[in-house]
Amino acid sequence: MNEMTQIKHHLTDQILIGYSAGTLPEAFSLVVATHLSMCDTCRASAQAYEAIGGSILDTETQTTLEADALAGTLAMIAKGSIATKPTVVSDVPTPLRDYVGGSLRDVKWRSVGMGVRQAVLKTSKTATARLLYIPAGAIVPDHGHRGTELTLVLQGAFRDETALFSAGDVEVANEDLNHTPVAEIGEDCICLAATDAPLRFNSWIPRIAQPFLRI
Amino acid sequence: MLKILDRPQEPGAFVYQLPYIEFRRFQLLYQKAIISVVKKIVPQNTWVQHLRRIQLDQDQKAFAELFGYFAPRVKAFLMKSGASPSMAEECTQEVMVTLWHKAHLFDPSRASVATWIFTIARNKRIDALRKQRRPEPEDLQWGPESEPEASDILVLQQEANLITQAMSALPSQQRDLIKKAYFGDLSHSEIAVETGLPLGTIKSRLRLALSKLRKTMK
Ligand SMILES: [Zn+2]
Repeated sequence: MNEMTQIKHHLTDQILIGYSAGTLPEAFSLVVATHLSMCDTCRASAQAYEAIGGSILDTETQTTLEADALAGTLAMIAKGSIATKPTVVSDVPTPLRDYVGGSLRDVKWRSVGMGVRQAVLKTSKTATARLLYIPAGAIVPDHGHRGTELTLVLQGAFRDETALFSAGDVEVANEDLNHTPVAEIGEDCICLAATDAPLRFNSWIPRIAQPFLRI
Repeated sequence: MLKILDRPQEPGAFVYQLPYIEFRRFQLLYQKAIISVVKKIVPQNTWVQHLRRIQLDQDQKAFAELFGYFAPRVKAFLMKSGASPSMAEECTQEVMVTLWHKAHLFDPSRASVATWIFTIARNKRIDALRKQRRPEPEDLQWGPESEPEASDILVLQQEANLITQAMSALPSQQRDLIKKAYFGDLSHSEIAVETGLPLGTIKSRLRLALSKLRKTMK
């Protein structure tokens, strides 16, 4: 929990409103929920934006329900309680735990070349979420963004032209950002990233190899 | 204190109008969570108390009253979000079932009842209409030894009311734009960041509540 006080790079208000309003693609929501598990600043903002939703609901016009709606609801209640999930010890925040099937040890990594590995997580198709494993000191090649990309650091740190991103930090990159992230020396870097641009594996692999070929 | 006392109020807010001594008494009683005693001082129509009664006593009367107020609003919200009347009806009932089972998770120092129900309805919309999962942040709950303080609850509930008042004071065009975002009619990149609402105080109150929670978890 130490990293909470050290988080320097936060989500944008636009993303937080989208999360609170419930309009983000699932992959983005996963990154947001994971960051909110580590960052009370963004969590407070998200809850404030939920309060807007609350006041909209409260002042909304009403729609009549079926005459037996209350009785039907009470009957459903009588049928039993909601099963609560058992708490599992994990090295990742709860929202991510469900997607990786436990902890980082359980991730099924796929090599994408030069020591960099990734694991695409199963979400709805409007955006893609994946875990990235970048060995200490390795370069994630220069890449532009076609849409929005959120990158949350889970372990280690990376640096690009804009700043240093450590555990808990999230980088919000839009189309105008072209950058070359480099994992810091000392610890391998693991990130959770989501993008709403289509993932192009074919072009990604040669591109990732490029900087190394140049060395 | 004065600022709190002269606030005009709807359900849940009459406590602010109590004389200070009464308020203080209410506060102490609430902290002990002696519901039966609180009932004598506090009128029944506070939604926070309704949820407590559901949680502690499985009180169906409290549930029926909450249902009467919120279910028609939830149904309207779901229909504006694109649900057909029959689907909205079904989902509304499921939202209210969730409310019953999760009443113990409601934390009045972090959300108004309307806000909490909004989050349940929103998640139902994502699940039923958009067919997506909704990742939620790690749950933070008060330990068995601790409870939120009554003053935190009152301030938070008051702040929620202020947002509602500020919403109605917005130019209608701007209010409609915000509503569109919450009904799911705008993508995140179309959302305007400037809401024109005074959210600074509620954000700092929520941060305070979260840091207190973190402390009790240690
Ligand atoms: Zn943050």
